[in-house]
Amino acid sequence: MLYREAGQFKSTYAEDQQIFPIRQDRIAMAALLGFAFVVVPLIANQYWFAAILTPLLIFALAALGLNILTGYAGQLSLGTAAFMAVGAFMAYNFELRVPGMPILVSFALGGLCAAAVGIVFGLPSLRIKGFYLAVATLACQFFVLWALQRFGWFSNHSTSGVITAGRIEILGYTFQSAASKYLLTLGVVCVMALLAKNLMRSETGRAFMAVRDMDVAASVIGIPIMKTKLLAFAISSFYCGVAGALYAFCYLGTVEPEAFNLDLSFRILFMIIIGGVGSILGSFLGAAFITLLPIFLSLLFGAVSHGLQMDISHAVVSNVELIIFGGLIVFFLIVEPHGLARLWQIAKEKLRLWPFPH
Amino acid sequence: MKHGTLALVAGIAVAGFSGSALAQAKEQFIPANFYWVGPYAPGGSGFGGGMIDYFALLNERDGGINGVKLTWEKCETEYNNARGVECYERSKKKGPTGATVIHPLSTGITYSLIEKATADKIPVISMGYGRTDASDGRVFPYIFPLITNYWSQNTAKIKFIGQKEGGMDKLKGKKIANLYHDSAYGKETIAVLDLQAKKYGFEVTHIAVPHPGNEQQAQWLQIRQLKPDWVILRGWGVMNPTALKAAQRAGYPREKMIGVWWSGAEEDVIPAGDSAKGFISAAFNLPGTSFPVMKDVQKHVYGKNKGDLDDKSRIGSIYHTRGIVAGIITTEGIRKAQERFGKGQPVTGEQMRWALENLNIDEKRLKELGAVGLMAPLKVSCMDHEGGAPVKFQQWDGKQWKPISDWIPTDQSIVRPMIEASAAQYAKEKNITPRDCSKEK
Repeated sequence: MLYREAGQFKSTYAEDQQIFPIRQDRIAMAALLGFAFVVVPLIANQYWFAAILTPLLIFALAALGLNILTGYAGQLSLGTAAFMAVGAFMAYNFELRVPGMPILVSFALGGLCAAAVGIVFGLPSLRIKGFYLAVATLACQFFVLWALQRFGWFSNHSTSGVITAGRIEILGYTFQSAASKYLLTLGVVCVMALLAKNLMRSETGRAFMAVRDMDVAASVIGIPIMKTKLLAFAISSFYCGVAGALYAFCYLGTVEPEAFNLDLSFRILFMIIIGGVGSILGSFLGAAFITLLPIFLSLLFGAVSHGLQMDISHAVVSNVELIIFGGLIVFFLIVEPHGLARLWQIAKEKLRLWPFPH
Repeated sequence: MKHGTLALVAGIAVAGFSGSALAQAKEQFIPANFYWVGPYAPGGSGFGGGMIDYFALLNERDGGINGVKLTWEKCETEYNNARGVECYERSKKKGPTGATVIHPLSTGITYSLIEKATADKIPVISMGYGRTDASDGRVFPYIFPLITNYWSQNTAKIKFIGQKEGGMDKLKGKKIANLYHDSAYGKETIAVLDLQAKKYGFEVTHIAVPHPGNEQQAQWLQIRQLKPDWVILRGWGVMNPTALKAAQRAGYPREKMIGVWWSGAEEDVIPAGDSAKGFISAAFNLPGTSFPVMKDVQKHVYGKNKGDLDDKSRIGSIYHTRGIVAGIITTEGIRKAQERFGKGQPVTGEQMRWALENLNIDEKRLKELGAVGLMAPLKVSCMDHEGGAPVKFQQWDGKQWKPISDWIPTDQSIVRPMIEASAAQYAKEKNITPRDCSKEK
């Protein structure tokens, strides 16, 4: 009833090509952004900022990076955490070694270093595909962590190989509180998500999708395969690198290379599988699902066992949480193999017809 | 129906996040953020169980500390940094005075909490793990790597080897292999070993084992060729039994293998079966059920069916008694803080920090606690957040761990300059001005 585009006429190309062609979508998006930027900082407490929202945004950004590579360009990768590690460690080194380096520039340079590593490890994609490529990117995962642990320069010769992020200062303002770090992360993520959205609607994005759908056909119609694949690796790694820098600077503060292990790569891969492969929105939904659901289950079980005064062993509760979490993943994938983003899309289509579907 | 579910969800969310508002006085809240699932669950559940059992003992036997009941809440960290931070943020405001102290029981989570806890004024106790250079209390006011850190432990280990060889001068020309878990934790002792190798004239070879450590054939081939006089096993989790089995296969005597304390629990040797017999490990606490405090735990806690461990055979195991030691240190800190800031009142994290910094658990106090021999005496100061406790060595006889040495003191003349240099570098990177300890009161 409310969600209908009847009466909204587009009279220019610009109107026709905008990201949200339907007015209701634009209003909803503006409201969401307003909520995230203005209302959330007013109502949320430190627990929400430091433990829920900031990591959620950072993981969403990393998932977005992987989604560009896997979802749009069709190249399977298991090196996401390694690219994040490169971003984190290089941003740290730029901050440490170049006096007066602006923090956002460090983030960007960290991202560019990750992009360079991504290009190198993307080279095998020119010859191999699918699972075989995943194995090649697995090498990247192990090599990067090995290098970060082996060469002391990366961690400024810290005996345990750990880096400690410095202060974050932009234009004289120090980002110290959890709320300010959340806003910084939110700002970076919003800008980068917007860029990604536009990139995917551009010629480059269409080339990615052409390569994903059938690379032989793509090369026949004149898309340079090598350039396109390596560009996908570069852009994806850049996003992951920036996410890694945010992870170190805005979230944990002190990071060891082990924090970026294969486990994290898998988690991010699961985020895009659950959220929706080849969808910007899916990256956010998937990140929310994977990071928030276990916390929510843990709170739920805490409240339930507290409320019922039941004496259940905590080990049992912890394991049941994992079982339910796994079960829900299976459930959602059976209900909608294309992820949560697809469910959202179906809901929107239904809503357009509601309440008169015929 | 749908609205009902939604309301329930919202209700739980609110209850979960602001449940602490219903605070009552005369309670001291300590978070129990450990892990009960995953590959490291034996360590997490044993340590957590021990700490909780000791709190329960004080509540049941003494009615708390000077009438202040101890309360706790479990939170599953899965040994995962992000979950550990979430648990920390969730638990830090609970109870009338917030979290008193936090035991992360993971080096990674400890790193993640250093800044957050310092800002929130909640002491972090990383007992026998964590960031070694945090022993410099001038730079890390809220971090307490108590009892003995890795570097100190390592000097005691070399001293023990020296004893076995018949004097430190006999170490000259000896070969020692350092088989380490390839992670921040494993690499931590490389520098201090190199330094001692130079000082005592022995030769040290560092051999990395990639995580998780269940594949060690190449490494043991290298050890076979090297023929070291001693092998130091710096393992964690599944790496330990694998190393012991590989040693048996390579024909290396287990009596010449010395593990760190995270290699020296029952869970590390039992899976290796017979091949673990004779293996030596360092320890800062001893196992057993015969200490008076352990008897009290069995009588007052498990006797009333209030114990935390499901498997009663684990009572008195290494991890369990280590948790008891953690409980003793935590509650002695609370007691000390009450003595200064008001008996019978819950203390804040800031007061607790002072108490931990002035903690002195001597032989006499250990006797009162019924924990003589369970742990070594401990004295903390503003300069030294470690306490400088000595290290004992124990040997697995196939059934249980038997102590085979006295408490061997650590060599602070080697460790302290390294700690200060490393802490100074951290202070410089973070723009911290170290405290002046002579002005602390």
